[in-house]
Parts: sequence; C-alpha cells; structure tokens
Amino acid sequence: MAIIEVEDVARTFTVRRKVGRLKRERSEVRAVDGLSFEVAAGEMVGYIGPNGAGKSTTIKMLTGILVPSEGRLRVAGADPSRERVRLARRIGVVFGQRTTLWWDLPLRDSYELARRIYRIEDARYRRNLDRCIDLLELGPLLDVPVRQLSLGQRMRGDIAAALLHDPEVLYLDEPTIGLDVVSKNRVREFLAEINAESGTTVLLTTHDLTDIERLCSRVMVIDHGRVVYDGGLEGLHNVGGSERTLVVDLAAPEPDPISIPGARVVRMEGPRQWLAFPATDSAAPLVAAIAARYPLVDLSVKEPAIEDVIARMYGGGTTEGERSLEGSVAGA
Amino acid sequence: MAQSLAPAHPPDPTPFRTFRTLSGRPGGSLRLYAAVARGSFRRYAGYRAATWAGVFTNTVFGFFIAYTYQALWQIRPHLGGYDLSAALTYVWLGQALLMPIAAMGGGVQDDIEARIINGDIAVDLYRPVDQQLWWLSADLGRAGYHLLSRGIVPLLVGGLFFHLRMPAGSPAAQALTWAGATVSVALAVTVSFLLRYLAALTGFWLMDPRGVRQVTVVLGMFFSGFLLPLSLLPSTLAAVAQQLPWAAMVQIPLDVFLQRRTGAALAQGLLLQLGWAGLLLGAGQLLQRAVVRKVVVQGG
Amino acid sequence: MAESLSVPPPWYGRTREALRAYRLVAGMWLRASLAYRTSFWITTVGNAVTSLLDFVVIAVMFQHTTTLGGWTLPQVAFLYGTSGLTLGLADLLVGSLDQLGQRVRDGSVDTVLVRPAAALAQLSADRFALRRAGRVVQNLLVLGWSLWELQLDWTGPKLLVMAVLVVCGTVIFGSAFVAGAAFQFFATDAAEVQNSVTYGGATMLQYPPSVFARDLVRGAVYGIPLAFVNWLPALYLLGLPDPIGVPGWFRFASPLAALLCAAAAGLAWRAGIRSYRSTGS
Repeated sequence: MAIIEVEDVARTFTVRRKVGRLKRERSEVRAVDGLSFEVAAGEMVGYIGPNGAGKSTTIKMLTGILVPSEGRLRVAGADPSRERVRLARRIGVVFGQRTTLWWDLPLRDSYELARRIYRIEDARYRRNLDRCIDLLELGPLLDVPVRQLSLGQRMRGDIAAALLHDPEVLYLDEPTIGLDVVSKNRVREFLAEINAESGTTVLLTTHDLTDIERLCSRVMVIDHGRVVYDGGLEGLHNVGGSERTLVVDLAAPEPDPISIPGARVVRMEGPRQWLAFPATDSAAPLVAAIAARYPLVDLSVKEPAIEDVIARMYGGGTTEGERSLEGSVAGA
Repeated sequence: MAQSLAPAHPPDPTPFRTFRTLSGRPGGSLRLYAAVARGSFRRYAGYRAATWAGVFTNTVFGFFIAYTYQALWQIRPHLGGYDLSAALTYVWLGQALLMPIAAMGGGVQDDIEARIINGDIAVDLYRPVDQQLWWLSADLGRAGYHLLSRGIVPLLVGGLFFHLRMPAGSPAAQALTWAGATVSVALAVTVSFLLRYLAALTGFWLMDPRGVRQVTVVLGMFFSGFLLPLSLLPSTLAAVAQQLPWAAMVQIPLDVFLQRRTGAALAQGLLLQLGWAGLLLGAGQLLQRAVVRKVVVQGG
Repeated sequence: MAESLSVPPPWYGRTREALRAYRLVAGMWLRASLAYRTSFWITTVGNAVTSLLDFVVIAVMFQHTTTLGGWTLPQVAFLYGTSGLTLGLADLLVGSLDQLGQRVRDGSVDTVLVRPAAALAQLSADRFALRRAGRVVQNLLVLGWSLWELQLDWTGPKLLVMAVLVVCGTVIFGSAFVAGAAFQFFATDAAEVQNSVTYGGATMLQYPPSVFARDLVRGAVYGIPLAFVNWLPALYLLGLPDPIGVPGWFRFASPLAALLCAAAAGLAWRAGIRSYRSTGS
C-alpha cells in the first residue's frame, strides 16, 4: 500500500532578477513540474538529482512546510500542507544542512522536549532512546550542548531525534553530507536496521552514490522538477564511472590550459586547473606527464559526483523519449 | 532604553589572503588598510534592506527625541548654552552619529567576539598585520558607510521638519568649522572603535562578553552626551564628563559643528580626542600583546 | 443545543496546545539559562541598568524644570514606568521573535514547521530569556516610586483600569513584536523597522502626549494605537485634562485597541507564514 502519493505536483516560484542598475525583472521558475510517484510502506527509496532539480522542494512539500501550487499529495493518508501539525506526529525529518536540535542546549534536553511535544509515552520513549543511544553511540554526547558537537555527532543526534516518536515515514535530506567515513557507515547501518526492524518508510536525498548503494533498492532521479528515472541502481552505476577529474594546483598560474593527451581541461581558476579523463584509465601516467612539464604544488583525483553523472545522462538536449537510462548506457 | 542593536550579521570570512600580497610592497601597508576599509564599506553596503530599516528607525527616534528637547527648551530657552535650534540640531546630529560611532556597541566588535568564540582569532594573531589597525580600518570603512546612509538621510528629514542650525559666519569660519567637524567625527569613530576593541578583547578572559558590553554601552550612551548634552548634568559631573574619552564620541564633534568650540576651544577639543585616541591605541596594543601571550602559552 | 455548548470550539483546543508548546520550550530555556547563574545575573542587572538610562535622562531634564508638557516628574515617571513595564513584559514573552529574519535566512524556520506545534508558539518561546525581566523589575520600581509620590485615591474602578492597562499594554506591544516578525518573512533583513514601534514607541510613551506634535499624537491614537497603552488610561488614573482632543470613553477603550492590535498582528502573522510556505524562503 502506498504511504506516499504524489500526483502531478507542481511548485512555481517567482524570482526577481536584477536587470541593469535599477530594474528588476520578475520571472517564474517551476522548481517541481508535473511530479508523480508513489512509495509503498516499508520501502527505502533514494531520491537524487542535480542541484536545483527540485529535491528539497519535494521534501518540503511532503513535510507540509511548502504548499504545492498544483497537484495532490498524500502522506500516511494526510494532506501535508493542510494537516501539517497532525502529520508532524507521524513523520520524522532530518535536514543534513541544519539541525532540528536545540542549538545551545545539551542533546538530552532536545530529546526530553521532543518527548513532551510529541507526547511519547514513557516506556516507548525509553525504549526508542535506548536503542538510538546504543546503535548510534550517543551515550557520551547526551550532556554536550549541540553547538559543541562535531558534524557527524550532530547528525547522529538529529537522526535519533527524528525517530523517538516512531514515525511511519522518515525523510532524510543529505544525511551524510560532510561526514567522515566512519560516521557515514554508522549512519547507514543504523538506517538499514531501523528500516528492517520497524518497517519505517525512508526517502532520502543524497549526493553520495554509496548511500544509495548500501541502502536503497530503488532510486528515483529527478531533473528539472520531474522524475526521469525510477528503478534499480545498477544502470546508474554503469554510467557513473564514465569520467573522473584530476585537480592540479600549479606553482604559478598558466595562461594556457595544460595540454596532455588522454585528458582535457574543463575548468581553470588561477593556478588551479581541472582535467577530465576516462574513469577506466589510471591517473598515474597522467600525473607523471604533467609533473614532467609543469611545477606542481598539489593534486587530487575526484570521483564523478552524482550531479555530473545526471548531467551527462541527460545533457545535450535529448528529448523526453530518449531520457531513459538504457539509452545512455548503450551510447556510452 | 533607546534603539536596540543593528541586526547581527554573520561575521565576514575576512579575506586576509587577498590583501596579504599587498603588504609586502613599499607603501603596501597603507594600501592594505585602505583595501580593508573599502571591503568593509562594501560589505555593509550590501545589506540594503537593513540600511533602509535602520534609516527609518533612526528617523523615528529623531522625531521622538526632538519633541522632548523642544518641550524642555521652550521652558528653558538657553539651557546648557544651546538655543532651541542648536538643541534640535544636537538631537539630529546625535542620531546621525549613532551608527557611525556604534553607540550601542557592535560593528567589528561583533566580528571580533564571534572570532574569539569560534577560535579564529588565534589564527588572526599570527598574521603579518597589526590586528588593531586591521580592525580599525574595517571599522572606519563601516562607519563611513553608516555616516553616508544612516547618518545623512535622517538628518535631511529632520531638517525638513525642524529648524536646524548650520555653521554660520564668514566663509573662512564656515570652512574651518566644516573641516574641524570632519576631523572630529573621524576621531570620534576612532576613539569609539578603540574602546570597543578593548571591550571585545576582554572576551579572552571572560566567559560571557555581554556583561562588559552592556557596561560599556551604558557608560558610552550616557557620558558621550548622546542622550543629553553633558552641560545639562550637575556642574562637577559635567566638568569631569567633558574630559572623559566618551565625550570624544559625540559631545566634542557636535560642539565643533554647532560652533560652540571655535579657535582655541576647537584646537583643545581636537587635541583631547587625539590624546584619548593615542592613549587607547597604546592600551589596545598592550592588551593585544597580552592576548598573544595567552594564546601562545595556552594554545588559545 | 445543550450538547453543542459543551463542546469546546476548535480554536480553544488549538490555543491550549499552542500555550502548552510555549510553556515546554520556554521552560527548557529557563532551566538552561539558570544553569549559568553568574552570566544570568550579570545580564539581568545589565538589562535593568540599560533600561534605567532613559529615566536618568528624564530626571536630569527635571533638574532644569518642574514640569514637562505640563506634567510633573512623578506623573512623567508614571508614564515611564507603565511604558517600560508593558514593553518589558511583551519583550519577555515574545521578544525572541525579533530575530525571525535571521531564522528565515538560516533556514531554521523549517525545523520549527516539522514539529507538531504552532509555529508562533515555538518561535516566541525560543531563547526565552528571563534576564529580560531586568527591565520589568526596574520599571516596576520607578512605577512604585511614582505611585507613592502621586498618592492616588485608589477606587475599585481605578484599580481595574490599572490592571487593564498592564494587560492591554503588554498585548499591544506584543502585537507589535508579532507584526514586526511577520514583516521579516517578507524583508528578512529589516528587523530594525519594528524597533521604531516597540522601543521607539515605548520611548515616546515615556513623555506626556502634550510634548509631541498633534499629528504624531493622532497617529498614535488612530494609526498605530500606542496611545491606548498608557497615555489615555493615565488621563483617567491621574485625573488630568485631555490634551489630545479625543472622545472621553477612549480612556477606557484600551481592551478594544488591544483586541484590534492582536487581530491585526494575527492576520499579519498568517500572511507571513503563508508567504513563507509558498516560497520556502
């Protein structure tokens, strides 16, 4: 049974842009446009897309923060924007970029307040909190003011706060952003366990393919405000490895792009240049070739970000019909 | 209590590195500080809605206070040596100076306090620029913007509704007054900065800098002559207050503009401002050194 | 019919829930602030001293005159005390709202909207700071001195008007805070505008209406009805003639003004929230 239903939902924003010195021009931006999907109870779904594709807008509409301009949304049988407070008791939300915890107070106080605001019975509260403390290793952090927590600790604290009232649906907006590898793993394991044990439906947005890989059997890709792919991860992953980037810091700015066979400069900024090369190639000969010709200060290799993958998949003005994953894979 | 603090904006990630290259060249340090001041001016100019909100609020306060002065001076037409028109001018000029001298605290004080709390200040201290001069430049840039925006507009509105007194006399006397007032306002901002710098640095030793700030704001509001001309205080207190550093922030520049200080009194007023500036600059350097020692010994 | 009367209207339940959320959030901040006693006392005393400055100005003025706008020092002190007391109470209860623009900019309003409680209650109670009571206590002291000096002949109706003054004044200033916060949904940088009504208005109300230009006073009666905070009730309580030229029953109309202010603020808040929920910023 579908616990989240989204039907032809659109959200338009009016944007004022400066034109010249004084004039301002109004234009309409459709952040989400004809969005439709369903999520069944107990599913764990990855929701990905490039920046500005409409991911956060969707989450905000599903939580009732944002009112849709058109279309119909149902979450756990409620209309989020009309029944915000009622729905809030049945959902949990984690925003990776900002905390729902009370900034200046010890972590424990945030949980205590949640217990009373959500009216969680004592036994249930203690059981849930103990489980979170145990699995997320929050014990030593309970008496630390939230502002003093590291990003990873805070994220664990946030996830626990979102689960104390046994929500049926959990939204996670970039839950692993900025976390170190250890914290990421801990968060992922915890989410998998919660989903398996309690049957909590999870919808998560991320820029980290690994999150999806470890957690989600289903991925939805959104671009320009609508779902362009809905299915397994395998296809995405194939395209994902297409190109990596070598970031080179030269000792002094070069006027011309570095010219090396097998790579091309995609961006220049002062002494820093970005070179794209096929992911199947090794970076070593490339580095050697550059070092032989230019004095280097630093370099690093970047794996393709999801947004680049998406851009590659749907770039080049393809039509709606061609926007299928198989098409891109075949072409690659 | 009068106006509350201007909206606290997040501290700027001060672009030290951009300016660093400049300081190596001959004459570079002056250019460096000029660049800092310009950057600060532009930063505050970016908050346009905040500026208009502030202009509006300054103007409203100007009206309220002007009417209370008017009521008093109608009963006592030459109170404290000011006639009605001079007293009203005093109100509006005071409103014009409120933000430039940051009478309610703030400006770079917010930035420094934020950097002390998040620890960035330790990094700043290792940079090859004098911190006090660096922040002074930034504050002068801010004050310049606030004088042009939140200073001038309320003054013009006040001039439309009340009879304000402009510098009078021969063209030479007028020119001297304007020049004197300009120098005096610059010194007023400098003294105000130096006091706030000292207050901000005490944050290294105190857990909560709010207490110190409240005390300094109360002293500043009252002894600067911002609330009432100092000559209205009981005579002994008035005589002492005229010599204190806070008088350099409002009372002296306004008296210069209102031509209550001309000739020797003008020179004496400017010298008093200069003297306090020098003394506080020295005190700031000493405190700054103590901070560096504390940071080096305790690692911040 | 009888049954429908016994069922509480829906707004009753919502209000009770909102007050509960306010109490929970504020209570938590209260406990947290008391954990740092020294800091709490320093800032509380600091608040009181800062708010005392305005009275020092009035006292200095009365060194040079016996009346201002026809009012004596104890009479002006009555205005000062009631103005500061009501502003102080409003600030204590909902003053945190003046940082709303900042919260819109950093996105933390979203986190408020995903909790099962009224946004206004949560946002007003956030950072509840008992130190703001410093202003309240300081103004109460001045008011106490003024009443002692004035030796008013307290009758039942006068006591009632005095109590109504405190409640309605607080509601009017509180409405100004709420409306100012609602404005910040549209102009997130313009937090200072509301200061001209709250702190500026309170400064104006410290002085007799006869001091100000006629149009300004009319604006405070018919525009933003600050005159109902203390000017008009004070005319009755202190037995002074009307310098404003308004109907006599206006002296007792503070509840009406407070009701109108609260309704206007409520509408403004709804418009602000609605705008936020259709732009997300």
